[in-house]
Amino acid sequence: MGTESMPTAPGSEAGIDRTPDVTKTGTYLELVHSWIVTVDHKRLGILYICYALVFLLVAGVEALLIRAQLFFPHNDFISPFTFNRLFTMHGTTMVFFVGMPILFGFGNYLVPLMIGARDMAFPRLNAFSFWISAFAGILLYYSFIGGVGLAGTGSAPDVAWFAYAPLTERAFSPGHTVDYWAVALLASGIGSIGTAINFLATVFCMRCRGMTLFRMPLLPWLYATVSFLVLVAVSPLTACQAMLLIDRYLGGHFFDTQTGGSAILWAHFFWIFGHPEVYVLVLPAFAFANEIIPVFSRKAIFGYPAMVSASVGIAFISLSVWAHHMFTIGMTSFGNAFFTLSTMLVSIPTGIKTFNWLATIWGGKIRFATPMLFSVAFVFQFVIAGLTGIMLSISPWNWQTHNSYFVVAHFHYVLVGAIVFMIFAAIYYWYPKMTGRMLDERLGKWHFWLMVIGFHVTFDTMHIPGLLGMPRQIFTYEPDRGWTLLNQIVSVGGFIQAIAVAILVYNLVHSYFRGAEAGPDPWDAWTLEWSTTSPPPAYNFPVEPVVASRRPLWDLKHPEDPDSTFE
Amino acid sequence: MCFISVESQLSHRVEHHSVIVCQFGTPQGLRIPMRSRTLICRRFLALALFSASAVACGASSTSTFSHASTPASEVNGISIFVLTITGLIFVGVSGLLVYALVRYRGREGDRTEPAQVFGSVQIELSWTIIPILIIVVLFLTTTRVLFSVQDAPRPATALDVIVVGHQFWWEFRYPQYNVVTANELHVPVSSNATDRPTFMKLTSADVIHSFWVPQLAGKTDLLPNRVNEMWIDPHKPGMYEGQCAQFCGAEHAKMLLRVYADTPEQFQLWIANQQKTQPEILTPGSSEDTSANHGNAGDIVRAGTNAGPPSSPAGRGGAVATSYENSQEISPQVGQHVFEHEACISCHTVAGTAATGRYGPDLTHMMSRATIGSGAALNTKERLLAWVTDPNQIKPGSLMPAMHLTDRQNEQITAYLLTLK
Repeated sequence: MGTESMPTAPGSEAGIDRTPDVTKTGTYLELVHSWIVTVDHKRLGILYICYALVFLLVAGVEALLIRAQLFFPHNDFISPFTFNRLFTMHGTTMVFFVGMPILFGFGNYLVPLMIGARDMAFPRLNAFSFWISAFAGILLYYSFIGGVGLAGTGSAPDVAWFAYAPLTERAFSPGHTVDYWAVALLASGIGSIGTAINFLATVFCMRCRGMTLFRMPLLPWLYATVSFLVLVAVSPLTACQAMLLIDRYLGGHFFDTQTGGSAILWAHFFWIFGHPEVYVLVLPAFAFANEIIPVFSRKAIFGYPAMVSASVGIAFISLSVWAHHMFTIGMTSFGNAFFTLSTMLVSIPTGIKTFNWLATIWGGKIRFATPMLFSVAFVFQFVIAGLTGIMLSISPWNWQTHNSYFVVAHFHYVLVGAIVFMIFAAIYYWYPKMTGRMLDERLGKWHFWLMVIGFHVTFDTMHIPGLLGMPRQIFTYEPDRGWTLLNQIVSVGGFIQAIAVAILVYNLVHSYFRGAEAGPDPWDAWTLEWSTTSPPPAYNFPVEPVVASRRPLWDLKHPEDPDSTFE
Repeated sequence: MCFISVESQLSHRVEHHSVIVCQFGTPQGLRIPMRSRTLICRRFLALALFSASAVACGASSTSTFSHASTPASEVNGISIFVLTITGLIFVGVSGLLVYALVRYRGREGDRTEPAQVFGSVQIELSWTIIPILIIVVLFLTTTRVLFSVQDAPRPATALDVIVVGHQFWWEFRYPQYNVVTANELHVPVSSNATDRPTFMKLTSADVIHSFWVPQLAGKTDLLPNRVNEMWIDPHKPGMYEGQCAQFCGAEHAKMLLRVYADTPEQFQLWIANQQKTQPEILTPGSSEDTSANHGNAGDIVRAGTNAGPPSSPAGRGGAVATSYENSQEISPQVGQHVFEHEACISCHTVAGTAATGRYGPDLTHMMSRATIGSGAALNTKERLLAWVTDPNQIKPGSLMPAMHLTDRQNEQITAYLLTLK
C-alpha cells in the first residue's frame, strides 16, 4: 500500500513546510533576480502563464481593432496595410505566444506536482526553453517599432499567420516583415521542442513510487502525448522557416515560384505542422477538463483507459489530416477523399472523450464553482466545434467554406470556446495552489457569464457571413452583400468578451492581495498537487509521496473505500 | 449525520420531481432552475441565429445556399444533408448534457460523495461504434459528390477559359476566340437546350489567389507554376458576384470578381465585340469604326514573346504624332498620344495599337466593363479620372502607381479610355 508515507491528511500540520522562503526576505532587486535565474518548474510555469496573459491582452486588442474596422463596410478606420499586420500578428501571437506558453506554463507547474516529482527532469533546459520563447515573442513585437517605426507600423509581418509562399518571397515581401516572423517562429520552435523533450523525460522517468503509467492522472498523460506531437510537428515548421530564410537570403528556390519553386510545398510543410498544432493546443485543454470535471462532479473520470487511448489516438490521427486545409489547392479527387476520411476519423476519439465527460457528470453531485462553469461551457462548445469540423471535412462543401468566415468561426470555436475557456477554468482551479489565495467567486461568475454571452454573440454569428460568401482576411467588404449587420453583431460580442477578460485581470490582481486563504486543498480534490501546501515549497513534497491508485487523496480521505482496491 | 443524508436524499427526489413538472410546462410557481434557464436562453439564441441566417441567405448575392450552377447545387445538397445529421447529433448530445447538469446538480450543504463509477465497456463500445457508422454514411455520400463534381467529363461543346490571377485583379483568356479581358467574366448560360458549361484552367502570375463565386461553384486556388481546373454551368442569365478567397497581399479585399451569365445570343454578341481591335491612331470620328480591324486581336500569344517588342510609336505615323505634341486639347486623339508616350503601355494592352504591355489588365474593351480596379469602383468618367490620377486613392496598395502626370494629361488619357468600348 504505502499511502501511509503520505501526509496524514490534507490541511494537517504534518509535512507542511514552515521554513521562510529566502527570496521573500531580500530586496526588490533580489526578488527580480531570483525570478530571472530561477530553474524551479513552478516559477517557470508562472512566468510562462504571466507572459502568455500579457500577450493575450495584446492580441486581444489587435482583435478589437480588427472588429472595429469591420464594423462598417468600406470603413477606413484602419488602412489595409495595418489591417493585414493586425490579423497576422493576432493569429501568430495567439497560437505561438499565448496558446503554447500558457499551456506549457500549466504543464510546467502541474506535471511534476501531479506525478509526485520535485522538479522537471531538466530544470536548466526548462529555463532555457522559457527564455528563448520569451525572446521570440519580444522579437516578433519589436517588428512594430523596427523598420520605419510605429507610425507606419514598422516591419510587422503582414502575410497571414500561415504565410503562404510565394507571398513571403522577396519578390512580394521586400523588407524585413517576413524575417521577423520566420526568426521569431524559429526561436519559439526551439523553445517548444526543448519543453517537449523535458515533459517526456519527466513523465517517463520522474514518477513517484507506486505511480505506474496507468496510475498517472490524465493530465500528465495528455502532456506526454502533446510532447510527442510537438516533437513530430514543430520540426517541419522549423525546417520550413529555415528553407524560407535560405530562399530569401541565400538564393534558394524551395518556394520561389518565379524560379521554379513550389507554392504547394510550403502549404504541405506548414499544415503538417499546423494541424497537429491544433491538437497540441487542444489536448492540454482536454487535460484540464479531465481533472476539473471529475472533481466538481464528485466522481472518478469515466473510462480512464478509453480516455488515454482516445488521446493517443487523436494524436496519431492528427498527423494524417493536414491536407484538409488544402482541399481547394488542386489535389486529385482521391487525395481529397483520403483527407476527408482521415479528418472524419478524428471525430471518433473526440466523441469518446465527450461522451466520457458526459458519463462522468452523469450520476454525480455537480458543484457549479467557476472552474466547473467554464468546463461545462467548454463541453457544450466543443461539441459544436466538432460538428462544424465534420462539416468542414466534407471536401466538396469545404470548397465553399474554406477560407471563409465559416472557417474563422469554426477555429475560434475550438481556440476560444474550447481552449481559452479551459484555460480560464484552469486559472480558477489552480490559482489557489499557485498563490495560496482563492479567486473571487462573484467576479468569477461575472467573468463567466459575460464571456459566454460575448462568445456566443461573436462566434455563433460569425458562421453566417462565411456561408454568405465572406472570405477571411479582408480589410473591408462591399455593402451590398448582406454581411453588414452580421459583422456588427460579431464586433459587439467581441467587445463584451473584452469586458469579461478585463474582469479576470482585475480578479487576478485583486485576489492576489485580498483573496480568501486557500489552504492546501480548497476543492476537496484527489490528485497529488493538493497534498502539499499552497503555494508548494520549492521542493514540492517534504516526503516523496507513494501512491497506490489514480486518486491518492481519495484513498486518504476514504480509507473505508479506497480506489486502490478496484484498480 | 445519517438523518441529514436521508433528508438530502428526500429533497433530492422532490427537486427531481419538480424538474419533470417544469419540463411538462405546468406553471405551479416552481421556478425553472437557473442553469436550465440559461441553457434554454442559449437554445433560443441558436434558433434565432438560425432563422436570421435563413433570412439573410435570401438577401445576399453571394450566399452559398442560393445556388445557380450544378457544382454549387451539388454542394448545397450535401451541405443540407450534413447539416441535418450534425444538427440531430447536436440536439441529442446537448440535450443529454443539459439533462445531466440539471438532474445531477449538487445540493447546498450535501457533502456526501455519489457512487463512484469507473467505466463501462459496453457503453463505451456503443459510443465508439455508432459514430463509426455515421462516418461511413457521411464518407460515402461525400465521395459521390466529390467525384461527380471534380471528375466531371468535359463535353465537346464546353467553353474554355484561362483564368490568371494577378495582384489584385483577374485576367480571363478565351483561347477558342482569341479574346482577353479582365475582372468581369462572361460565360454563356448552360441549360438543357444548350448544354454549354464553362471549363476553366486556373493559374497565377504572382502569388496564390482563389477563384470564388459562391452561387456558381466552390473555390479553386490559382497557383503560380501550376494549372488547376474547375467548371461552372450557370442555369440562369444574370450577374454573379464573388472575390478572391486566398489572402494575396495588401488589396486582397478589393480583388472582386463578377461573372456574367449571358444568353447564347448575348454571349456571341459580346464575344464578337471583344474580338475587335482598336485603331492604331484615332482620327476624329473614327473611334466607332473599328470593325475593319476585326479578327487579329486577343491572340493568346499576341502579346507574348513571338510578337516582338512594340515598334516605337514615334516611328509610326510620326507626322500625326507630332501634331499632338504639347496639345492642350482634351480629346481621345491627344489622349491616345499621351497614353502611348507615357508609361501606360508598359503594362497595358489595347489590341491593335502600340500598347502591348502585359503586367496590367487588358484595356482593349475596358468601357464594356462595369467596374474598374477589379471592382474597386464603378466605371464612370469621374471615377476613371480619379483612378488614372492616383489609383491608391481608390485602392491603396494597388500595384498601378500614380504616374504624376498633369491634370490635363490625366483628363486626356481618360477621354481616350472612354472610347475603348
